[in-house]
Amino acid sequence: MEASMTTPTEKAPSRPVNSVSPVGDWSIKIIFALYSLMCLFPLALLVMVSISNEQDVIRYGYKFFPMHFDLSAYKFVFEDWHNVLKSYGVSIFVTVVGTILSLVIMALYAYPISRPDFPQRKFFTFFVFFTMLFNGGLVPWYLVYVKLLHLKDNIWALILPLLVSAFFVLIIRTFFATTIPGAVIESAKIDGAGEMRIFFKIVLPLSLPVLASTALFSTLNYWNDWFLSLVFIQKSDGYISVQYLMYKTLTNIQFLMTHTEAMNVIGGATKFPNETVRMAMAVIGIGPIIFAYPFFQKYFVKGLTVGAVKG
Amino acid sequence: MALTRNLRKYGMFYLMLLPGFLILLVNNYIPMLGVVIAFKNMTYPHANIFMNFIDSEWVGFENFKYLFKTSDAWIITRNTLLYNSLFIVLNLVIPVAFAIMLNELRSKFLARFHQSIIFLPYILSWVVVSYLVYGLLHDKNGFVNTTLLPFFGVDPVQWYFKIEAWPYILPIVNTIKNVGYYMVLYMAAIIGIDDEYYEAATIDGAGKWQQILKITLPLLMPVMIIMTLLQVGRIFYADFGLFYQVPKESGVLFPVTNVIDTYVYRTFLAMGDSGLSSAAGLYQSTVGFVLVFLANWFVRRIDKDSALF
Repeated sequence: MEASMTTPTEKAPSRPVNSVSPVGDWSIKIIFALYSLMCLFPLALLVMVSISNEQDVIRYGYKFFPMHFDLSAYKFVFEDWHNVLKSYGVSIFVTVVGTILSLVIMALYAYPISRPDFPQRKFFTFFVFFTMLFNGGLVPWYLVYVKLLHLKDNIWALILPLLVSAFFVLIIRTFFATTIPGAVIESAKIDGAGEMRIFFKIVLPLSLPVLASTALFSTLNYWNDWFLSLVFIQKSDGYISVQYLMYKTLTNIQFLMTHTEAMNVIGGATKFPNETVRMAMAVIGIGPIIFAYPFFQKYFVKGLTVGAVKG
Repeated sequence: MALTRNLRKYGMFYLMLLPGFLILLVNNYIPMLGVVIAFKNMTYPHANIFMNFIDSEWVGFENFKYLFKTSDAWIITRNTLLYNSLFIVLNLVIPVAFAIMLNELRSKFLARFHQSIIFLPYILSWVVVSYLVYGLLHDKNGFVNTTLLPFFGVDPVQWYFKIEAWPYILPIVNTIKNVGYYMVLYMAAIIGIDDEYYEAATIDGAGKWQQILKITLPLLMPVMIIMTLLQVGRIFYADFGLFYQVPKESGVLFPVTNVIDTYVYRTFLAMGDSGLSSAAGLYQSTVGFVLVFLANWFVRRIDKDSALF
């Protein structure tokens, strides 16, 4: 309501033309300050619990300010460091290989269907587009990967399913069709360049914005994926990605909790700092993405708006 | 011959299409043919999946009859539709309000700062989000039970067993995770609005509210409609991560957390019933298919260029 009272004549001279009233500005500031705090708080809480003393946590619960600074949870996790390292290896491999392959395959598919002179353009566009409308569901999809391709517990089961996204193929196609002048391709053809050459030497370099944003989303999808692991990775010493390791830690420690009596007989339960270890595991899993976020953030935002513009 | 001429001229194109074509074939089209499993009683006596498929008994709509006889069919349909409807409303109202407010913030530094933080949950995986929720809601140790509720003198609540709470918790979690994505889209649309509209309005003496109601919102309308209808087209598909990871598979909560996607997953991979789960899967795909067409039909009527097809 404050804002509605502002009319141009009432403006303070220091305030730029047509900006909100000071009261309005402050209300917005406060709303966003509270909201941002709400977003960051759970993350900060996780970090705080991970550096807390286990006994404090058992007695007082997850407190925002640790009573005793204690790194034993991290020590415990790093005693098992080769597991953590292996998971990072799996996640990095899947993300890097997956993103590169997916970008190449999608761009290769998008190029012919962006060319108006290709007679089968319509069929191949529909072929990729239809996958957005209908799918066979989990059961036949699972059977294809496990019983037909025999990819259970295979690292390619974590890569293959996310390689081609119809949505991004169509966005890349639209970008090719609208941004790359047909005359450039024509003149390259007259100069005797083959289609492959035109694609790699002319089309791709001109399409960096859309390729960059596709790559970024692909990276995010591969790095964050746990569903494919949940479905295809069964062996506990198999290809456990960082996300899946985090998921397993959350459920496995629960499993330990339900067997506390048995653990007491063994005498191990009290030694195991399970509350803080769980959070330490989460911090180790989240850490890299938070550190990378400031560098990637603006490209994410750009990428979103590239995707939003439909030609 | 026309075919050889076509191949000679466009052979390179076919080669370029080949990898993507094969992946779509394996990942999408063979499973589409596999929906027939829903009409069969699958058994696995052979090593070869095709042999098993051919040998399995044809049971017609038996699996569907069985599915719709259980109360599950109704519960998962209701949950999927109600949650998604609520999400669509929340994903519209809050991001639009945020985008307008953030755009009005006089400090551009603060605007960028808050945008970064609001967008952050969008890039976190559901596993991470389930940790964050767990840190807050854990029965014994969670921040809400150990610090927040005692502060207000309220008794601790066993959140992972409290059915009434989850129809609120899930939409809140979903909104916080996705608001950044939609907000950024709407902000891009707001920035695209020509400043001259606002200048003219200022000269005519229109205040901020007037400008928002008469200029910003009407000009955002096409984007709002498209984003909403895209979600309506997918209203029969739930976000598996939200409903599987965040309630941490608490069985007590299934009446309010089980959706079609989690039901299909659980009946198939946890219980091994491929007939029932593939029936539920085909039910989802079919209704989903019809809904996409309906949503698209609406988009076409409003704005032809924005239609999916």
